[in-house]
Amino acid sequence: MNERPMMLSSVNRQGLTPRRVQQLGYGLLRLISLITVLPIFLVVVYIVVRGVPSIDWEFLTAMPREGMRAGGILPAIIGTVYLTLGTAVFAVPLGVAAGVYIAEYAADNAWTRLIRIAIINLAGIPSVVYGLFGFGLFVIFLGFGTSILAASLTLAIMTLPVIISTTEEALRSVPQSFRVVSISLGATRWQTIWRVVLPQALPGILTGVILGLERAAGETAPILFTGAAFFLPRLPQSPLDATMALPYHIFVISTQVPGMPVQIQFGTVLVLLVFVLGMNLVATLIRSRARARREW
Amino acid sequence: MSDIFEIEDLRLTYSDNNESLRGVSMRIPEHAITVLFGPAGGGKSTLLRVLNRLNDLADVKQVSGRVLFHGQDLLSPTVDVVELRRKVGIVFSRPAPLPLSIYENVCYGLRIMGERRKARLDEAVERGLRQAMLWEEVYDRLDASGFALSGGQQQRLCLARTLALQPEVVLLDEPTSALDPISTARIEEMMQTLKDVYTIVIAPHNVQQAARVADQAAFFLQGELIEWGDRGQIFVRPRDRRTQEYIEGRFG
Repeated sequence: MNERPMMLSSVNRQGLTPRRVQQLGYGLLRLISLITVLPIFLVVVYIVVRGVPSIDWEFLTAMPREGMRAGGILPAIIGTVYLTLGTAVFAVPLGVAAGVYIAEYAADNAWTRLIRIAIINLAGIPSVVYGLFGFGLFVIFLGFGTSILAASLTLAIMTLPVIISTTEEALRSVPQSFRVVSISLGATRWQTIWRVVLPQALPGILTGVILGLERAAGETAPILFTGAAFFLPRLPQSPLDATMALPYHIFVISTQVPGMPVQIQFGTVLVLLVFVLGMNLVATLIRSRARARREW
Repeated sequence: MSDIFEIEDLRLTYSDNNESLRGVSMRIPEHAITVLFGPAGGGKSTLLRVLNRLNDLADVKQVSGRVLFHGQDLLSPTVDVVELRRKVGIVFSRPAPLPLSIYENVCYGLRIMGERRKARLDEAVERGLRQAMLWEEVYDRLDASGFALSGGQQQRLCLARTLALQPEVVLLDEPTSALDPISTARIEEMMQTLKDVYTIVIAPHNVQQAARVADQAAFFLQGELIEWGDRGQIFVRPRDRRTQEYIEGRFG
């Protein structure tokens, strides 16, 4: 036997073996993913480290004092909560209903395509344009003034595309066989949607709703002209009052108030961040719980 | 035996211009097992889905002819399809539980009809499950999910769900194609007892099953009804050469 022994490993081979190329590829991809996560991580850590010392009971529950240079940020927190709830009141029923219509009822024709294109375009409009639109329509034309109502409606319009598309997607992910079975048992289309399809799509819809509202909570431009106040010494009493809100407040104390203590800025940013990430966390939990439970 | 369905020159074209039924005429007798058999793509499933208007959900381009159910044309636009589907139930080839508990699966149709009385629902659930020979296996876990059952049990659950509505006709579209031989045998055995109460129309998943269960049989080939008659005639003395060749397994 004068054959050379077979080598299982490539120890004595030179250069780029497929195996080595693969390892290199994995390494590269791992590095790139790390690079994308790193900035987010750094931003969050930096804000937490700088912001935590200024967070105390008074900061969260007191009115601002001394031209906002001391005291708390209660009106901004309350304002953002009101605006988020107000947005939900208008955007959730409308968005979910539109999503159900498009996914379950609309025929595949030119009209439906037009609606879909409109929704996609709605999602691409810069937020400041929503702000100006809301100012023109709600504040001036409908006479709501600079108010929580006008700002909520503006934010709702901005949030609609997100809610509509995620609702549509969540409904489409429900197997067609459920619908066929339900209808074969004598259910109407609506009974089928209400009893079988919607419950299955609910976690997906909720996730979309929360992600949409989360974006609304953090937006500055749409509320700038429609409902946000520079400073108010009292909490809003009605939907027709203007309100302070966290994103706009951050803009104000970062650029408009000379001699602003920097820890208040970091503290305020941290509160907004926790608010938004908290909503995100809820959405993630809903989604992962639903995934674990899903049987199909 | 009187006929529950009378089909006259039924033609159906899907929107892809595939003519799935090409002038089918036949009668389906009450309280018997009528078998629609033949190679895939013959129009058997399409015909089943015409009988309870489930084809309304599909992309159907054109239907013509008449399908009389108790003498009334069920293709007429004035037919109450919801009522029709309660009287003409269907079980599909793949077990398809709804994402609900075993109990809720079986009483789904009744709940849809607005039945709220617990006693009525309990009674219907037990009767359906017993008729589908599933009661003994699940009576102590009716709250478990329908998906927790095995494939064969799921298919019997689907049958129980259809039977719970006390329909007149049960359509079975290859009901055992996803099942093992033992589950298949149970379902075939069940059909023999069920036909005293219900009219059964089945598209079996092979010609052997067709021969085993049939009272009446109809042979379909590419949308055409080649011939139909009672079991002895079709499987022993087929009139058409193509029927003979298919039964003998020369093509399929």
